[in-house]
Amino acid sequence: MKRSTYLVFGGVVVLFALSWIFKSSVLEDGVYSNVWEAFKVTLAAFLTLAIFSFLYKDNPLYKFAEHLYVGISAAYWMCLAFWSTVVGNFIPRTFESLSAAFKQPYQPSSWDILGIPGNIIYIIPVLLGIMLLMRLSSKYGWLSRWPLAFIVGTTAGLNFVRYLRSDFVAQVSSTFVPLLGTPDSVSVWSSFDLNATGPVVALLSNWVIFIGVFSGLVYFFFSKEHTGWFGRTSKVGIWVLMITFGASFGYTVMGRISLLVGRITYLFGDWLGIVQS
Amino acid sequence: MKLQLLLLSLLILMFCVPVGAQEDSAMVDSLAVDSLAALPVPAPVTDIGLSDLPNDHGHAVVVEWTPSTDDGSGLANVVGYQINYGLSKDGPLDSVGFVPSASGSYEHVGSKDENDRTYIPDHTDLYYRVDVKTVDGRLLVSAEVAGPVQSSGQWYNTGRTAVLIAVALFSFLTIFYVQQAKAGKELYIRPIGGIEAVDDAIGRATEMGRPILYVLGLGTAADVATIASFTILGRVAKRVAEYQTPIMVPTYDPIVMTVAQEVVKSSYMDAGRPDDYDEDSVHFVTQSQFAYVAAVNGMMLRERPATCVYMGKFFAESLLLAETGSVAGSIQISGTDEIAQIPFFIVACDYTLIGEELYAASAYLGREPKLLGSLKAQDWGKGLFVVLSIIGIILANFGVESFGALFEVAD
Repeated sequence: MKRSTYLVFGGVVVLFALSWIFKSSVLEDGVYSNVWEAFKVTLAAFLTLAIFSFLYKDNPLYKFAEHLYVGISAAYWMCLAFWSTVVGNFIPRTFESLSAAFKQPYQPSSWDILGIPGNIIYIIPVLLGIMLLMRLSSKYGWLSRWPLAFIVGTTAGLNFVRYLRSDFVAQVSSTFVPLLGTPDSVSVWSSFDLNATGPVVALLSNWVIFIGVFSGLVYFFFSKEHTGWFGRTSKVGIWVLMITFGASFGYTVMGRISLLVGRITYLFGDWLGIVQS
Repeated sequence: MKLQLLLLSLLILMFCVPVGAQEDSAMVDSLAVDSLAALPVPAPVTDIGLSDLPNDHGHAVVVEWTPSTDDGSGLANVVGYQINYGLSKDGPLDSVGFVPSASGSYEHVGSKDENDRTYIPDHTDLYYRVDVKTVDGRLLVSAEVAGPVQSSGQWYNTGRTAVLIAVALFSFLTIFYVQQAKAGKELYIRPIGGIEAVDDAIGRATEMGRPILYVLGLGTAADVATIASFTILGRVAKRVAEYQTPIMVPTYDPIVMTVAQEVVKSSYMDAGRPDDYDEDSVHFVTQSQFAYVAAVNGMMLRERPATCVYMGKFFAESLLLAETGSVAGSIQISGTDEIAQIPFFIVACDYTLIGEELYAASAYLGREPKLLGSLKAQDWGKGLFVVLSIIGIILANFGVESFGALFEVAD
């Protein structure tokens, strides 16, 4: 490694130690802070800064933080999956003794199949899961295709009805909006009131919905080439989409800034103690 | 000294005012009690009707009654109605709900789980009693307990008939056009810009001797966007196998990894290069969103892929990926159906497939009859949507709302 790399690493270690010592030695009501708490705060701050260093360029500190993050998150999700699915869901429904061992309330089945408790049915997903794990075997890897087909097919079938209902049928009636006003609202144009909740603005909104929906649908029509009036309508559609995306972009950026504010507050508040967090 | 006197007087006032208020409050309470005592006892409800709630899971009952004759008569002695339920006419009957005055019905919806405290047994005699609740909290018990009534589930929810018609129609259109495609009929799909660039991008990577990075997104194997991405991955992998360009496919979901491995492996076999397939090229990273992004970003800056393809379901990490790919000097092609993330891909990537274009791209590239047929059915569905909307708008202008009611779907 280059000499500058050694210097940088050395500086980071010294700064880490100094931060840890400083945080540990800060007095609170005459009592020294917990050393372990100080280590955690310092470590979190340094890992945050290590990730931020990616903004400059890829470096060993970022690599360390990245690998640590990936490893811990993988292990965390594995533990979570075991304790929430196996211990929280499977064992309480099938094994009374194991439920007691894991301090989970046993949930007996209210029905049975020829005298066998109905909860035996939960063995089926376990078998499918084991078949999925056969993926790791070169000889029996083909067994994993069955549970994969089950997962994809079942979800596709359920989502078919769900999406058709929410994204198609429910949306149809939402576009039934009057464009010229109903017979009851003849006075719309007689009193030109631009109140946000008034009839004029409502009518203008209806026109925006009409133009936006129809031109957007034309844009996403794939069976005809976009030429002539069809192409012009499609262009209106893409303009509507881009304006919408621009608004969505601005709104989402606000959310991202709030995430950054959270981390900066942690660094300047909990770590450096400059601001009140 | 003056300040001290002022503070002392304020302190005295603080203790005096509540006493006065209490005296006033006591006077008000006394008046209220006197006026309540003068209120007449309201009449009980009559004509209690019980029926099974239609279109449900079989553990719900509708209780209807004629409100008390004193309800709304100006006496203001009826606060509401308390509904009680039990399994025996002789009791005990437990309170299950309360509705305000002027109400004449109540839906008693229970759980179908026997262990739940709100469980209502189906195909069992149930009894109900409706009590009038008065202003002072007294309950007037109605003349008799109504019942029995039995709840039962229905196999078919009539409130979802519109969905059934839509499913049948769409299924028919899909099957029809799939059969047309299988019969060899040419089904036209207009060119999609981003997809035509995929082949060029793969060629670029081959010329530069750098790998291709393909990101399937953060969806599961059951998400539509991920399924569409698998088809595009198959096409990309086949080209990659033909050109002998390295490909990297880091995955977020373990099941997506297994499917992606199958897809890439079969693509290599279709290209006639099964030995070139490297199983490690498709690998699982982690199931944590930002840890996954950190790892992929690191891969981008270290491996310097010539082409980055992002197809699938993305969330907050979309711009992180696209910006890093831009810094790495990669040509980027993206496609997602997540509306909130499309703006980020549009600004940072060279080509972006918006929403349904991702699904159309898989049909465009794969040219499989099933994909082409379903795309045609979707276009017909859009046409139908336009026709129905025009009819609905014309009727809405005449104040006719019954047409829109046909498309309302019950829960």
